[in-house]
Amino acid sequence: MSVGGGVVQYPDAGGAGHGHADAHGAGAVHFTLRGYVTGFLAAVTLTAIPFWLVMGRTFGSSGITAAVILAFAAVQIVVHMVYFLHMSPKSEGGWNLLALLFTVMLVVIALSGSLWVMYHLNHNMMPESMQNMHNMP
Amino acid sequence: MSEIALPSRERAVARTSSAEATPRFYLTHEHHPESGTLFGFWLYLMSDCLVFACLFAVYAVLGRNYAGGPTGAELFELPLVAVNTSLLLLSSITYGFAMLEMQRDRLRTTLFWLAVTGLLGAGFIGIELHEFANLIHEGAGPQRSAFLSSFFTLVGTHGLHVTFGIVWLVTLMVQSAKHGLIPENRRRLMCLSMFWHFLDVVWVGVFTFVYLMGVLP
Amino acid sequence: MSELTSNLMGRLTWDAIPYNEPILLWTFVAVALGGVGILAAVTYFRAWGVLWRDWITSIDHKKIGIMYIILGLVMLLRGFSDAIMMRAQQVLSFGNSMGFLPPHHYDQVFTAHGVIMIFFVAMPLVTGLMNFVVPLQIGARDVAFPFLNNFSFWMTAFGAGLVMMSLFVGEFARTGWLAYPPLSGILYSPDAGVDYYIWSLQIAGVGTLLSGINLIATIVKMRAPGMTLMKMPVFTWTALCTNVLIVAAFPVLTAVLALLSLDRYAGTDFFTNELGGNAMMYVNLIWIWGHPEVYILILPAFGVFSEVVSTFSGKRLFGYASMVYATIVITILSYLVWLHHFFTMGSGASVNAFFGITTMIISIPTGAKIFNWLFTMYRGRIRFEVPMLWTIGFMITFVIGGMTGVLLAVPPADFVLHNSLFLVAHFHNVIIGGVLFGMFAGINYWFPKAFGYKLDPFWGKCSFWLWVSGFWFAFMPLYVLGLMGVTRRLSHFDDPSLRIWFEIAAFGAGLIFLGIMSLIIQLVVSYRNRASLRDTTGDPWDGRTLEWSTSSPPPAYNFAFTPVVHDNDTWADMKKNGYVRPQRGFIPIHMPKNTGAGFIIAALSALGGFAMIWHMWLVACVALATMLTAVIVHTFNYKRDFHIPAEEVVRVEGIRTRMLASHV
Repeated sequence: MSVGGGVVQYPDAGGAGHGHADAHGAGAVHFTLRGYVTGFLAAVTLTAIPFWLVMGRTFGSSGITAAVILAFAAVQIVVHMVYFLHMSPKSEGGWNLLALLFTVMLVVIALSGSLWVMYHLNHNMMPESMQNMHNMP
Repeated sequence: MSEIALPSRERAVARTSSAEATPRFYLTHEHHPESGTLFGFWLYLMSDCLVFACLFAVYAVLGRNYAGGPTGAELFELPLVAVNTSLLLLSSITYGFAMLEMQRDRLRTTLFWLAVTGLLGAGFIGIELHEFANLIHEGAGPQRSAFLSSFFTLVGTHGLHVTFGIVWLVTLMVQSAKHGLIPENRRRLMCLSMFWHFLDVVWVGVFTFVYLMGVLP
Repeated sequence: MSELTSNLMGRLTWDAIPYNEPILLWTFVAVALGGVGILAAVTYFRAWGVLWRDWITSIDHKKIGIMYIILGLVMLLRGFSDAIMMRAQQVLSFGNSMGFLPPHHYDQVFTAHGVIMIFFVAMPLVTGLMNFVVPLQIGARDVAFPFLNNFSFWMTAFGAGLVMMSLFVGEFARTGWLAYPPLSGILYSPDAGVDYYIWSLQIAGVGTLLSGINLIATIVKMRAPGMTLMKMPVFTWTALCTNVLIVAAFPVLTAVLALLSLDRYAGTDFFTNELGGNAMMYVNLIWIWGHPEVYILILPAFGVFSEVVSTFSGKRLFGYASMVYATIVITILSYLVWLHHFFTMGSGASVNAFFGITTMIISIPTGAKIFNWLFTMYRGRIRFEVPMLWTIGFMITFVIGGMTGVLLAVPPADFVLHNSLFLVAHFHNVIIGGVLFGMFAGINYWFPKAFGYKLDPFWGKCSFWLWVSGFWFAFMPLYVLGLMGVTRRLSHFDDPSLRIWFEIAAFGAGLIFLGIMSLIIQLVVSYRNRASLRDTTGDPWDGRTLEWSTSSPPPAYNFAFTPVVHDNDTWADMKKNGYVRPQRGFIPIHMPKNTGAGFIIAALSALGGFAMIWHMWLVACVALATMLTAVIVHTFNYKRDFHIPAEEVVRVEGIRTRMLASHV
């Protein structure tokens, strides 16, 4: 339901007279060219290095590569949050950050929990031979 | 309309709790709470984030179940993914330019940068569709294995979001052209900005976790 | 031509109408007659205009809240008739008798019962109560996004409509209320039943999610000046936490149901038995939603009990801060326990131990709440009005349910009791004894606020005693049967020695039936005696929170002047410290405008869902395209608000002044 901003603007969707308050509310974050360019350059760098690491097979071990590119992804997500999504402890009185941290916690719980639970299940319920069969056509 | 200056919440309270005998229990002027739109939209994004978390979880659990079919290492073309990623990154900064122009109240340049953003997004979708068509043509469609089901669903859901973003972007361009950069439109452009940059964040997860880690031996 | 027909009608044929099933046929006749009767009455009283202008298109949170509660109560009748059919079947179907429900019908009945009771009874009741009460408690004029509120309601209502439609067109799922694959996959459930399940939940789920976002934004942004977080009424706190849970849990349900539908419609392999699919991943994901869902339902009930206990004990709530922290702790812990629903799946000891312990820990904040309520009552001047009776009934019943829950949290015990009637007894114990009792307490408590007159206490007490005793008769035997090893969802038994327990349970269900009847009689009697039950003061219970400071029913704008809050029992504080109701100086009030867009968009999505269920691809595409267009067209409407003129406020407040004067 994201199309067309199904989100409605009340209470201050009033006439032009409310314009000032509105602009103030919406524009509480002041965008700067500097911010966007910094973010963009950082994002490009943080994207290019993992691609180079993988395509150039820089590390011998897949494990190390995976760990390093995941770390890069984590940093890049923070960069996007700060420079593009203008996340700061102050936005919306801290509620945005609180919501974000709560969501991150839940994402971590859901991802790691699912992996842990399902790994255990496969380990216990599917002996090695069946595991192979599972991957057969 | 009787337009009254809008004192902040703090000031209103301070005024009422001044040293009177009985405290004041109500405001005599119209009270305007802050708009909740941007915060509400942020909450929507958080919920969307959890949809993606589920799809990532499914990919994480099922992503190695090839069922004898092709693997990521055999299928993924990293150069194409790199091009796609750069399109999306570029569209981020162009959306940023649109927001900077909006801040300066310049409608025409705002619309110009929005159009550029939309075109970059359309390019991204085009390449993704091309990639999907190739895979299906090679017999590596979503029905082939649990790995491919989860791959198509995760990447496709992101693509669907970008598509809706483009539809929304066009709608907002029409509305801004029609009514100008009025507060409502500014707020809507802010929401779309969050949506667009949020999709970038999801894409960072996709190219790292699906594509790059998928081709690791 | 035939291709066009198949795109238009899909797999829907006359065979889908179950005219050879007498039960369904008679139900249909009854529903049709009732429906025609209602339509005729609306026409006769020329109420169509009023219905459309004042209710269907209304963005007033109070009316939407009331509509949610009506929806919940109507669906309660449907869900309960499923229940009574199951109880009757299990009593009759012993030995040579097969009862009156063939298995394929019985399976639909228990699935529909679960789905309806959770999604279309408990959820609308909870959402409706929050919708009605929260803006009043925080001194707001409406919710943050009034249009979305209307839209959310209609999505929920149309979702419920799809479930009801499955009674008469096609069939419902035969999979149990969570539709586990591979049984719910296309191979084992090729017919439309599971599709009805998927689409009704998806459509209602959008509504639930949006209403969750809406209420969070309302609570965060629109509190009256002075109402800091720790001055919010406890019901508002629990509503906040519940809506956080909704926003954080429902996306998971949406995602997992979408994956199931991809398996069914597009032939993917997420939860299939072949090509690398893993059905247990569905179970894992759906419980990541499912467990928070339990707390989504119970937290608002806890909020209701907190309000009721402190009002009817005439005291401030004991341990306000601990109540708030307990609620927050439950909110977070509810995400760490989901595996206890499938201990027997085969994860190792470490996994089961972790989830068993987290489950046991969650009983600590819940126990703290029970003590807070008890200490609030201690040395209070308790008035045993109907809401208070429900609260006391809850405390006794819920504690038993909670303790059997802790028992089930022990993995080895769960291996014995999993999927047994013990489990069925446990969750009915907490959902009826917790959620439903809470909703009845809330309805009895806030009814005078919503309609301006109290509910008749005599029939309320009848309803209470019949429900409580009916509950104990109906579910205690199931604990016994569960311990004896009887599993759930059986439609036939061989061992005649079990029968007596089912007979007791059926007797209990009969008492609950009388309880529901008493509730209906209570509503009718109260309406007829509304003059003598009239609440002229707006504060019939000597309440403590802001909603009691305005008139009953409240004016469209809730408060003529926005209140300023100094204490967490705001209204009690105002009464004590010499609050004088303002009678002049009224100013115009800025309000949102009604719109039919929500109803139209929701109706189109229900049409799209119906078309998808029956594979009417053409209809589905048209419905989707029209819906998107309607959304976009709606965004071109910039005139969404107006001002209630000061003269109107003067008039409405004048009526209140005379009403208050009439009460001496």
